[in-house]
Amino acid sequence: MNWVWLHRFGSPPYFYRFAGRWAPWLLGIAVVLLLVGLYGGLVVAPVDYYQSDVYRIIFVHVPASYLALMTYVWMAIAAAVGLIWRIKVAHAVAAACAPAGASFTAVSLATGMIWGHPTWGTYWAWDPRLVSQLFVLFFFLGYIGLRGAIEDRDRADRSSAVLAIVGIVNVPIVHYSVYWWNSLHQLPTLMRSGGPKMPMSMAWPLLVMLGAYTFYFFAIMLMRARAEVLRRERGGAWLREVLATPEARP
Amino acid sequence: MTPTRRRRLYMVLGILAGVAVAVAFALQSFKSSIGYKPPTEVVAGTMAVGKRFQLGGMVKKGSVQRIPGTLEIHFVVTDFQNEIPAVYTGVLPDLFKENSGVQANGRLNDKGVFIADEVLAKHDENYMPPAMGKSLKKGESRLDSPPQGSQ
Repeated sequence: MNWVWLHRFGSPPYFYRFAGRWAPWLLGIAVVLLLVGLYGGLVVAPVDYYQSDVYRIIFVHVPASYLALMTYVWMAIAAAVGLIWRIKVAHAVAAACAPAGASFTAVSLATGMIWGHPTWGTYWAWDPRLVSQLFVLFFFLGYIGLRGAIEDRDRADRSSAVLAIVGIVNVPIVHYSVYWWNSLHQLPTLMRSGGPKMPMSMAWPLLVMLGAYTFYFFAIMLMRARAEVLRRERGGAWLREVLATPEARP
Repeated sequence: MTPTRRRRLYMVLGILAGVAVAVAFALQSFKSSIGYKPPTEVVAGTMAVGKRFQLGGMVKKGSVQRIPGTLEIHFVVTDFQNEIPAVYTGVLPDLFKENSGVQANGRLNDKGVFIADEVLAKHDENYMPPAMGKSLKKGESRLDSPPQGSQ
């Protein structure tokens, strides 16, 4: 297998230009999908026979929860690549994932609480799914805290990478918590074998919202990683060259 | 792959395996205290009288009795094999219905009645428009108790 295309991303100048070129497009697609998905979910989709309009929070809650886990997987893989191959850009990507992931997790927990109150009858329950998702938030915050607490950049990279890798053990626990234990939280509607447990009129806005969140994540991740590369490479000869050409300025 | 990189790869995999095994053992030892208990497990005598736990299952059809003039409510939690009678005093969530999922937090008394101090309604992962929900099936699950215009 030819890995040359992948190796190029390890080069700061290449990554810097790549991220600068693609991030605005990804963000634009995310905004369009977000508007379509929100309109579809909040206006077009029919009410649910059991929960009535309250179920509509699913269009914000499910993509946030899914992206929280996906972001964690990205962060852990980038951290592992950075740790094993000593690729600086990979550490920058991992560092860029953490705030985005923490935000997705916070949105997931907050919307879950808002949904839980009118349906379950409580904002919070000490339930396997809720607690394991709370751990995801702690891992993101712990990663950010650990990285910020160590002055030396290489040591910060390596220490926080180990924490990110350790935390990935929690990701399958979050997903399977509703199968492994008797949980107040319902089973997945979309991410399951045997097709979604909702008609297409409700599922399409949810899929569009998933796309919106995913594009948003990649846009934000590339922007933050680009800024991180810029910070790390300050004083580098290639950067002086790049900044000399007006259209490539950040 | 250079020997150093291979060594680091094995180190990462080793950390992962170690943590996974440790977490698996920890979860295994806490197994009985995670999540709610269905009536069958409670009837089997796993929960001591007076010990706080979460009882979960379905609200048995026709079992809900309200005591007039009070907030006291009697109902039966069933998993279609065994059932536990429960008592709760307080305001119930809107989605608490007969033939619908419930999780009650509280204790068993010495008569085998579950004294709940919190009752939560559990809903499932199925969503559909009202017309579909009504016509789908009769006499089964919670579909025969349509929403009462709450929320």
